[in-house]
Amino acid sequence: MLGEGILKGLAETAKNFAGSFVSKERMTTVEYPEERLPLPEASRNFPFLVYDGSDWQAGLRCVACQICEKECPPKCIYIEKSKDKKPDYVGKLQIYPTKFDIDISVCMSCQICVEVCPFEAIKMNNEFELATDNRFGGLLLDRKELAKSNEYYHQIHPTEAAEVDARLAAEKAKAEAKAKAAADAAAAKAAGAPAPATPTRVAKPSEGERKS
Amino acid sequence: MDGAGGDSIVKTVEEIKAAIEAAVPGAGVTVVHNGSPSGQHSLRIEPEHAVEVATFLRDDAELALDFLSNVTGVDFLDKEVSEKIKVTRPVTKTVDGLEQTVEETVEETRKHVEPGYLEAVYHLFSVAKKHGPVVLRMRTRNRSDEVELPSLTPIWRSAEFQEREVFDLYGIVFKGHPDLRRLLMWDEFKDHPMRRDYVEPDDYEYEPTPHDKVLARAQAHKAAAAAGEEKA
Amino acid sequence: MNSLDVKTERVEGWNRPPVIETDGEGELLEVAMGPHHPSTHGVFRMDLALDGERVVRLKPVFGYLHRNHEQIAETVSYLAMMPYTDRLDYICSLTNNWAYALAVEKLVGQEVPERAEYLRVILAELTRAQNHASTIGFLLQEMGASGTPLMYAFREREKILDLFESLTGSRMMCNYMRFGGCRVDASPAWLDAARKVVAALPAFVDEFERFLSGNEIVMARCQGVGILRPDLAVNAGVTGPMLRASGVNYDIRKVDHYGIYDRFRFRVPLGDHGDIYDRYMVRVLEIRESIGILEQALKDIPNGPVMDPKAKIRGFRPKPGEAYGRIEAPKGELGFYLISDGTPNPYRYRVRPPSLINLTVLEDMCLGSNVADVVLIFGSVDIVLGEVDR
Repeated sequence: MLGEGILKGLAETAKNFAGSFVSKERMTTVEYPEERLPLPEASRNFPFLVYDGSDWQAGLRCVACQICEKECPPKCIYIEKSKDKKPDYVGKLQIYPTKFDIDISVCMSCQICVEVCPFEAIKMNNEFELATDNRFGGLLLDRKELAKSNEYYHQIHPTEAAEVDARLAAEKAKAEAKAKAAADAAAAKAAGAPAPATPTRVAKPSEGERKS
Repeated sequence: MDGAGGDSIVKTVEEIKAAIEAAVPGAGVTVVHNGSPSGQHSLRIEPEHAVEVATFLRDDAELALDFLSNVTGVDFLDKEVSEKIKVTRPVTKTVDGLEQTVEETVEETRKHVEPGYLEAVYHLFSVAKKHGPVVLRMRTRNRSDEVELPSLTPIWRSAEFQEREVFDLYGIVFKGHPDLRRLLMWDEFKDHPMRRDYVEPDDYEYEPTPHDKVLARAQAHKAAAAAGEEKA
Repeated sequence: MNSLDVKTERVEGWNRPPVIETDGEGELLEVAMGPHHPSTHGVFRMDLALDGERVVRLKPVFGYLHRNHEQIAETVSYLAMMPYTDRLDYICSLTNNWAYALAVEKLVGQEVPERAEYLRVILAELTRAQNHASTIGFLLQEMGASGTPLMYAFREREKILDLFESLTGSRMMCNYMRFGGCRVDASPAWLDAARKVVAALPAFVDEFERFLSGNEIVMARCQGVGILRPDLAVNAGVTGPMLRASGVNYDIRKVDHYGIYDRFRFRVPLGDHGDIYDRYMVRVLEIRESIGILEQALKDIPNGPVMDPKAKIRGFRPKPGEAYGRIEAPKGELGFYLISDGTPNPYRYRVRPPSLINLTVLEDMCLGSNVADVVLIFGSVDIVLGEVDR
């Protein structure tokens, strides 16, 4: 019969149309912005800087090593180093960034800055409702806007944040044990007694292993 | 092969060279060795016999390279080469009150410029025999005035757009191409953008974000525009 | 400048497009179709010379989306080009990543662990399925079906993009492959979700076929239109479903044996006539074959690392040399040609774009047909401007 194919096609469409009233699978519309789909955990949009504790300046993990600035493909990161130092999470004195700007109109969310950071200082945020009407500065995020707490990181990427915390805690424990052994050796030397029979530890850089 | 897709080659590069030289006498074919583990060595052919060589490669029963996959343009800049040479020269000197001609050896640094060239690289495969790639290269004499190469479009139609693109971006003029115009840039564009010494014209619209190089250029541009306005 | 005014040189022997004879009455109407056009799949212009409704000459003009991709590569490192390759064929970002990773791995002789190879195959076949579904949807939209088949295709595509987002972090610009493997491992939960999506795909393809393949309008508009001869297709460098619809058995997955495609059983669908209907059917059948590969890969995927431990992320300096690596992307043969001179940046980086080369024969296929057919033929070539212009 002529038109049989068209009629079969119309039957399919009618099934979908009627089905959209009864089955959830056929009606896949999510009415944004009243409803929002939950984002998967790995979802990424633009970077942010992590700080530990409650003071964003004192707890900022970034040490201005500028590796992310060099590796960034569209060169959207702009860092200026400080002249003085502040202690980091293991207590070592590190320089910090006085300026850390990311131009998110240039950033392409590629996550390479996160991959190459040796200090777990920059991570990916998943906030996407960032539209602004300030044409010239609105999409240039500075250090204060980029800094978000570690608790926020746990909220958006729980598994990743837990792994990062475990890694940093392990490094901190290793550094503390090393410092204790060095203090013991110094105290023993000062007391005039022979040095304790602990093997000398080789200095290891405080960059942790990173999962590729 | 894990990790690297296989190239199935029926003949080695030397065998192909021998076959070409047997079929097209006088064709200057040299093997260009490839340093990487990919093993894709190429054949450099002289432009004079290129069309005959290409026809042979396409119509030969064993090679049957009927599929031209990729045409690439490459730019090699002029290189200044300096070498130290010992030069022996007769010099007139006064020795013990007498004028004598003595031979003196002096070390001189001579510099000469090795002319750069533009290159067109062709990757050929065979759909009939399912082997490849065979890589051909053609070089121009220099980068400034002798930039002509024969076009292989009459032999493989897929070169039509790709040679146009090489002409557009590098400036190699393909003789015998049916329709040599710019492809990606607009027709009135001057200069060839992918050359290594290309300098972009200062005609941007800048947005003032503090992003070092862009900011410096924006400031220079604004200053130049302001100066131009004052003069005008 | 009107590209129709260009007179092509008298060159002997090349496969030139046929010359259409007009009856000489009146003038030819010269129309620029695009670049601002809903049916040209992006910013693409076709200068048409029409005799009434019939196309007498057709010259494609592009470059409107030229973003200087190859020159950017000469200024940044090899790793930094990976996110840029996402944006070439922006619908199939994972296959672009794989092609570039393959070319670099050939350049340095890098090995890839097995689990990474399986993951690459799974993601590439998911990409192929969603690309073919979208292409058919867009083709039907241009036929006048007002978006309904497109939305059915997009419903399945959304499920696949959700999978991509939970694995790579982004729906379209995935940036997932690295030189020596993949960036992150897939959890067992993700593999189960992938199996569920793949299990629902055959029903979708059946619904699509019931809807479209027997439809009289589709058959009348597509059969016998836009015929491409196989010898012209091979000579013009056409690859992908367009080549196979003309009857030429050339699938790079079977020819080059890259990755681990040798371990999977799949067939290569071929067409008989080389018209639009054959291209549509080849794409539908390729989705079915991709489902077969996905089922096999998801069953057999082994445990292990996803990244070669010896691979370098930073400080990557290949030895001087060159390599050409290619894969069967959903649109055709996507190749990357890299010349390295020992520095961290490539000396020459070239993308062999399947969409651009497939357009070489657009004029041949469209001459003599109506303007409405030009839209359909162009839709069946399946181009993405990001790849044509780079």
